[in-house]
Amino acid sequence: MDHAIEVRNISKSYGSVVALDNVDLDVQRGSVMGLLGPNGAGKTTLVRILTTLLRPSSGSATVLGYDVVRHARHLRSYIGLAGQSAAVDDLLTGRENIHMAGRLYHMPKRQVQKRAQELLEQFDLVDAADRSVKGYSGGMRRRLDLAASLVANPPMIFLDEPTTGLDPRSRLELWDVIRNLVSEGTTVLLTTQYLEEADQLADEITVIDLGKVIAQGTADELKHQAGSEFIEITVRDVEDIRRAASVLENFAENNECDIDEEARKTSIMVQDGASIMVQVVRSLDTEDIAVANMAVRQPTLDDVFLALTGRTAEEAATESEQEQN
Amino acid sequence: MIQPAQLQDRSPLGELVSAIAVEARWIIADTAVMSWRNLLRYRRSPELLMFSTLSPVMFVLLFNYVFGGAIPTGDLNYIDYLMPGILVQTTIFSATTTGVGLAEDLQKGMVDRYRSLPMARSAVLGGRVVAETLVSLFVAFLMLGVGLIIGMRFHGGFWPGFSLPFMVAGFAFGFSWIAAFVGASVRNAEGAGSLMFFVVFPLTFLSSAFVPIESMPGWLQWFAYVNPVTNAVDFGRALSQGGPIVANAWPTALWTLGMTFVIGPVAVWRYRKV
Repeated sequence: MDHAIEVRNISKSYGSVVALDNVDLDVQRGSVMGLLGPNGAGKTTLVRILTTLLRPSSGSATVLGYDVVRHARHLRSYIGLAGQSAAVDDLLTGRENIHMAGRLYHMPKRQVQKRAQELLEQFDLVDAADRSVKGYSGGMRRRLDLAASLVANPPMIFLDEPTTGLDPRSRLELWDVIRNLVSEGTTVLLTTQYLEEADQLADEITVIDLGKVIAQGTADELKHQAGSEFIEITVRDVEDIRRAASVLENFAENNECDIDEEARKTSIMVQDGASIMVQVVRSLDTEDIAVANMAVRQPTLDDVFLALTGRTAEEAATESEQEQN
Repeated sequence: MIQPAQLQDRSPLGELVSAIAVEARWIIADTAVMSWRNLLRYRRSPELLMFSTLSPVMFVLLFNYVFGGAIPTGDLNYIDYLMPGILVQTTIFSATTTGVGLAEDLQKGMVDRYRSLPMARSAVLGGRVVAETLVSLFVAFLMLGVGLIIGMRFHGGFWPGFSLPFMVAGFAFGFSWIAAFVGASVRNAEGAGSLMFFVVFPLTFLSSAFVPIESMPGWLQWFAYVNPVTNAVDFGRALSQGGPIVANAWPTALWTLGMTFVIGPVAVWRYRKV
């Protein structure tokens, strides 16, 4: 049993709306699986099924060997869930919130107290531990929510968009916390709409769109699927940008060239970035165009999403939002 | 790491018995934790505590001094007549908090956390109901104290009179399950609140709580007579003012048991379905 999660042909529909469509998924024990997709792609539905909050319409799934429907009660003892809504009680203190979660995992009182202190220290909440959560910042609430979900040391943890709505600093802090978790051997399934987040944290990424798995692999593999590299040239003088673009166009794989005048930047897609770069530089030099900066850029997950779906992640999110309304 | 050994087969009967024993133990333990949480919320929220203690006291004073002189209540002083009624009314109103609080939890996503935990699902509702009942008991004693100060007397002996708050809290406990059902069904705090308001207001006023039923128009009287609030209030009067206790006890007991063991499971089922 080397898979912490095995999902087979899971579908979920609400009336005529299909939220998940024949999803298959395997997650290695001790690894981080990133579930990446725009808003409304079906990520949360899948998490809710795997955490026994929702029954699938068809198909089956096991988590840690337990069937999510038939062994739901047993399974709940071994999983933790931290959601996007930060399910902490405003009127209780941070310590009390953790304590309550521990008691509901049926841990003995004394053990919970010890564990709560540990978690408060680990999550940098000691100073605020005995203040009511009402006064916590967004980042603190998320950390507390995560701490509460970890109180029973579950071997499997689900993080549903853990950093959505957080400021960049809190996001970085939370990333550190998640990395620590992984180093202790916990299996993590993480959903996110941030391509960078999946890239940073996940060993493997499953891209899901409109309820379907559309790609699976490591971040590098996915980037490879997008195929190409990019050459980006920033000219020193904005007047040169058209000329630079027409030079670059000759080298572009698809004879297209992006121009961003404000940033004085022009870019093309190529197969072999390094060797073409040499030729580009030579040509620019011949044309006497002054270059401020040049780079060969690996495709980002944004490029991957675009290559896979024909739309950017942002467009996809807007689309499914409109569909829901 | 995890041995699925607990899943091994036992005899079906043994399985059932041990499942029930384990279940019962956790229902109690989890309900205790959830009650603790809800009581703590009361302590942390002065507005809530103030509203649930001061306003009932205010109502005792208003009703007694405003309506007291105008409502003929036979042999009883109005304050003696009023106290059992207003106690039942107040505790039923405070029981509606159960539904509002539950709906709030559902709205805020607290419930997703609970439902992903290995806790007994009935404890989420049970904890609310128990906490609300304890608060009701406290408020009922407070009101009774105020009543005694402004002239109420027990005319059926001390112990029956002393048991009045327990009786109304018990009835409110039963009623809380209705509120829980509404909360789990409506899933919106404001919605649950106003819906309960429209149920509880007529229910408590179309009863023997504040005025003798005989003073109502005939077409209302039939409702007032079958209204469980009337049963509870009459039971309360029998306790505090003297009267046939057993004859008045069983309708209230039946209603309370019915609400708890019929509506209660339906409410838990509604909540599971969320």
